[in-house]
Amino acid sequence: MRLSALAAGAALLAVPLIPAPYYVNVASQVLIAAVFALSLNLLVGHAGLTSLGHAAYLGLAAYAVTWLTTRGGLGHLPAALLALALSTLAAAFFGVLALRGTGLGFLMITLALGQILWGVAYRWVSLTGGDNGLTGLTRPRPLGLDLASPGAFYYFTLAVAALVFGVVALYVRSPLGAAVEGSRDQPRRMRALGHNVWLVRWITFVLAGAGGGVAGLLFAYYNQFVAPGVLALTSSAEVLLMVIAGGAGTLLGPVVGAATVVVLKTVVSAYVTRWVMLLGAVFVLIVVFMPEGVVPGVARAWRTRSRSSA
Amino acid sequence: MANALEIVGLRKVFGGLPAINGVTLAVAEGERRLLLGPNGAGKTTLFNLITGELEPDAGSIRVFGREVAGGRPERCAHLGVGRTYQIITLFPRNTLAQNVVLALLGVSPRRWDPVTALRAHAGFWERARDVLGRVGLAGRADRPVLELPYGDQRRLEIAMALAQAPRLLLLDEPFAGLSREERRDMQAVLAAIPREVTVLMIEHDMDVALSFAERITVLHYGQVIVEGTRGEIVANPRVREIYLGG
Repeated sequence: MRLSALAAGAALLAVPLIPAPYYVNVASQVLIAAVFALSLNLLVGHAGLTSLGHAAYLGLAAYAVTWLTTRGGLGHLPAALLALALSTLAAAFFGVLALRGTGLGFLMITLALGQILWGVAYRWVSLTGGDNGLTGLTRPRPLGLDLASPGAFYYFTLAVAALVFGVVALYVRSPLGAAVEGSRDQPRRMRALGHNVWLVRWITFVLAGAGGGVAGLLFAYYNQFVAPGVLALTSSAEVLLMVIAGGAGTLLGPVVGAATVVVLKTVVSAYVTRWVMLLGAVFVLIVVFMPEGVVPGVARAWRTRSRSSA
Repeated sequence: MANALEIVGLRKVFGGLPAINGVTLAVAEGERRLLLGPNGAGKTTLFNLITGELEPDAGSIRVFGREVAGGRPERCAHLGVGRTYQIITLFPRNTLAQNVVLALLGVSPRRWDPVTALRAHAGFWERARDVLGRVGLAGRADRPVLELPYGDQRRLEIAMALAQAPRLLLLDEPFAGLSREERRDMQAVLAAIPREVTVLMIEHDMDVALSFAERITVLHYGQVIVEGTRGEIVANPRVREIYLGG
């Protein structure tokens, strides 16, 4: 286990050695999607709350950081912090509304809130640029490092993704994380045991929103451009697919799911015109053979194999 | 002696049908009280009102002198009220120890800790093992609940309640569905509950229930029909009529 983690770490660090910058950029996109999916997995997998509006936090942060630096005249650091605060605050408010329900009710409220933001981005042209979006964002220079090259930006993204991964890992293994999963499995019993189920869920909702905001910052820096598409329902659905395909409620699942979707979307689509069909076929296969997701599915297959060979 | 539980004029109506219709009831500290009554008498509703899962339409519920009627359910555990469920409500994917740790966390300020690893809090796991030992499940602490026989699941329910060291324990049919042998084990578990803990128990099995409780309250259509010692209850003509089938 420790050995495979070391190998994975070495592979991740070696990515910029690939001579083709295109693939380095694909790897950066995978990491950004992984941050996005990791944050949503807190809700979907660990809290058992399926959200169809997670693009709201990515989109809000991406729009906010772009607007604040290009129109608001702020420096990169204050703009990034403000954008992150804004998406976190939005999650705090949206959480109060969405957590009036669970299950389908929760899903519909998150969907509706996401659609409202998408509508605002699309229609409020003077603020958001409407269909044209906002352009002109430059990449920041943290500690004086130039992030213009694909390799440098990849390392920056990798550092942020590792940080998010670490925060999520700490959270889900903590006492509060145990309460989150308990509230997913037996909310009524959790209340009787003295746990404030609503507050536990709300804290998780806010943390997931903050994680979505981090993904939004990376997304904006990567593309240096933001358009209403990031807030669209397809964006929320795609990240939900990443979580479910990879394995909801596992640490690595969202990362694997993000890699699957992004590679299909970018690399394979260059060779296969009907890549969306291929994406669909891949998901059908996953659902048929590993309904719990790739990571738990492979782990299960591994266990059965080692048991039968022993 | 002070009362652990004091209920006055309690009413709860479901869609025009009163489930609890003016119940007044007092249970002294350290008492073992049995709640009897046919199906639909309102026994479990009464528990849900005490723990705040339901809000009463009228009346007051005092637990150790504190008004709890209509309060939030999560407050109950912090006031020293523990309960078990008639329909088993455990965390099936988790191990027995993890189930008990969730109970311990519920009354510990640690439950808000988002950073340190739960695994590393040895104190919780030791206490969980202790409690599981008290109900005879120490050997199975690391097994997942879904592998557990039904009777053991009932005892885990009790262990989770006991882990919180409640002062008032509400047991909802702890013997339901148990075999003769499992009943004996359960009786031993209940007998070992510390004397100072007040116990209010719903149970249909007259033999085990009558040997456990000092006083009995009979509920019928949401009303208290009679309250008294075993002898008084068994001799009461209305009880014989409605509960023992005449």
